[in-house]
Amino acid sequence: MFLDLFYGLRDEGVPVALQEWMTFIEALREGLHGSSLLRFYHLARACLVKSETYYDSFDRVFARVFHGVEGQFDVTDEVLEWLRNAKDFPNLTPEQLAQLERLSADELMQRFLETLAKQTERHDGGDRWVGTGGRSPYGHGGQHPTGIRVGGSGGGRSAMKVAGERRFRDYRTDVALDARQMRVALRRLRQLTRTGLASELDLDETIDETCRNAGEIELVFRPPRRNAVRLLLLMDVGGTMDPYFEPMSQLLTALHEERGLRDFEPYYFHNCIYDHVYRRAHLTRADAVPTGDLLRRFDERWKLAIVGDAAMHPSELLEPHGGINPHNTSPTPGVAWLHRLAGHFDRAVWINPDDQPLWDQTYTARTIRRLFPMFHLSVDGLGAAVQALVGARV
Amino acid sequence: MKKDTNGFHRFRGTAGYIASGPLVDAVNCAVALERPLLIKGEPGTGKTLLATHVADGLGMPMLSWHIKSTSKAADGLYVYDTVQRLNDSRFGGGDVADIRHYIKLGPLGLAFAAPERHVLLIDEIDKADLEFPNDLLRELDEMRFTVVETAEEVIARQRPVVMITSNNEKELPDAFLRRCIFHFIEFPDAALMRKIVAVHHPNLDAALLDQVLIKFYWLREQSELRKKPSTSELIDWISALLRAGITRDKLESHIPFIGALLKKEQDADALQRYDTKGGSYPTRWSDLGPRYNQ
Repeated sequence: MFLDLFYGLRDEGVPVALQEWMTFIEALREGLHGSSLLRFYHLARACLVKSETYYDSFDRVFARVFHGVEGQFDVTDEVLEWLRNAKDFPNLTPEQLAQLERLSADELMQRFLETLAKQTERHDGGDRWVGTGGRSPYGHGGQHPTGIRVGGSGGGRSAMKVAGERRFRDYRTDVALDARQMRVALRRLRQLTRTGLASELDLDETIDETCRNAGEIELVFRPPRRNAVRLLLLMDVGGTMDPYFEPMSQLLTALHEERGLRDFEPYYFHNCIYDHVYRRAHLTRADAVPTGDLLRRFDERWKLAIVGDAAMHPSELLEPHGGINPHNTSPTPGVAWLHRLAGHFDRAVWINPDDQPLWDQTYTARTIRRLFPMFHLSVDGLGAAVQALVGARV
Repeated sequence: MKKDTNGFHRFRGTAGYIASGPLVDAVNCAVALERPLLIKGEPGTGKTLLATHVADGLGMPMLSWHIKSTSKAADGLYVYDTVQRLNDSRFGGGDVADIRHYIKLGPLGLAFAAPERHVLLIDEIDKADLEFPNDLLRELDEMRFTVVETAEEVIARQRPVVMITSNNEKELPDAFLRRCIFHFIEFPDAALMRKIVAVHHPNLDAALLDQVLIKFYWLREQSELRKKPSTSELIDWISALLRAGITRDKLESHIPFIGALLKKEQDADALQRYDTKGGSYPTRWSDLGPRYNQ
């Protein structure tokens, strides 16, 4: 039953396993959803989706699968409300109040559901049955002072409306990064700075010191290993990269300030890397640093991350003196420098803010992809890039 | 152990904690299905507080385990205090021969050994090592563990209600996630926020509250802020405003006591610059955009 939901979610990329589905079916069997589509929605979400990054996908699939299925009444929430407030109704006689008070909320609920079950056809009028008109407490448009409305425009929120609102769109992790998601991206980058285990007992030293102490226990602890990640960042600035500059530098500065990579060096270039890179984003001559210096100062253990859209005219990449800025030309073609960088550093990645389909469309992006593993500038892409930089070799 | 579904509508939020509908459902679902409940949300949305109120609402005592980055899964079960034993053997105190004296049960162990059902809070599980949640899997499933030193088995008499909070610092392992019921506490919208504020400041003037909320949600919309103000900061800010006797009119044109809301220096500076540049503050809900039509 409801297998459309299960397969729909998996197709959309939400990792639902059989175990979670069985939990959900068990919950349905226990009747935890009441008889409300909204609660069914919340129940399904709580059992099947284990990260808020998939909430948006869940909403879309749910809206698609259950389109058109909106129950005749969204009963349970209203009944609970009513049960809670019944004693506030001023029109009840003392006897009726006493009667109400004798039943607990659960019993009232039970009675109500039993009444619903017994009713086999729509009933209008009368004292006991659910229906419209009449004096039963459960009626629609009835005259009982504590009457609640069943059906009609209940005023409660409908599940379809909730799913349609798509409130969790911002939590998705597969769209290009913007300022709000920077914080989430930062957390992924923190894996770069993960320190080792806390102080370890140095057994040899402990035994030594204990002996020196004539048998009195003397514990010696080894200091924790320091974080060893050194990151060299080369960022493309100017032109199409402008919107990404601010968030990207905020991101990395925040990372460095908060957790402290062992070493962090940012440099800037425009479009492609030539003879010089620049210490500051303004790319002035005073800030120029020969690229060869980077290769000399930073050994192969440094991690290299290049951020750029890899989109330029092929001559800028392949020709000597290819740089667009005529004051800034270099006899060595950009591609040669990229080769040298890729060859020198043990681990290097290229992070591209453009969407993945665009990478195959430009010649230069395709060429660069052959030199560096390329990742998208999104939360997921950054996670994968970090894996490539510090994770186990695949 | 029989499943307890009779109490399914039991948790409804308590007087001191306003829970949204889906949250109440998630809690009751986890209790009924006997699975751990994993709660994620922005800092300051009341994740840790929830456990206390669930314990109150269900009438159960609570045990807390606040995870640190150095926490080990085994420590939650029990700790064998070797140093104390060595010390006693050297200086002669306590019954050194009986190892049982030096086995202390951790929060999970205590929850198992207790005769009545407890709520067990495992707070900020993502602070620990990546493998930490996986190390607890078997114990959470089977509700039993063995004390290696005494070869005793500790079996849970009553299945504790396990509530786990996470700040989203690290990804949790899949095998662990599969066993949990999950709920993400969204930041309260204005309507829910009014109820939350009413719990802490019951007799607040409605017009003042309106202005307070408009300024608060406006601040949260500013993307330059490094740390957005949270619910607890809002409550503190209102306390400060009340003590100083700030009225609604004064609040229209500027934001006093900004230190109660913005805790990072860069954020306070950014707001200062906005002020000196002559920036204006919103005074109506419509100023905040279509998401906030009240």
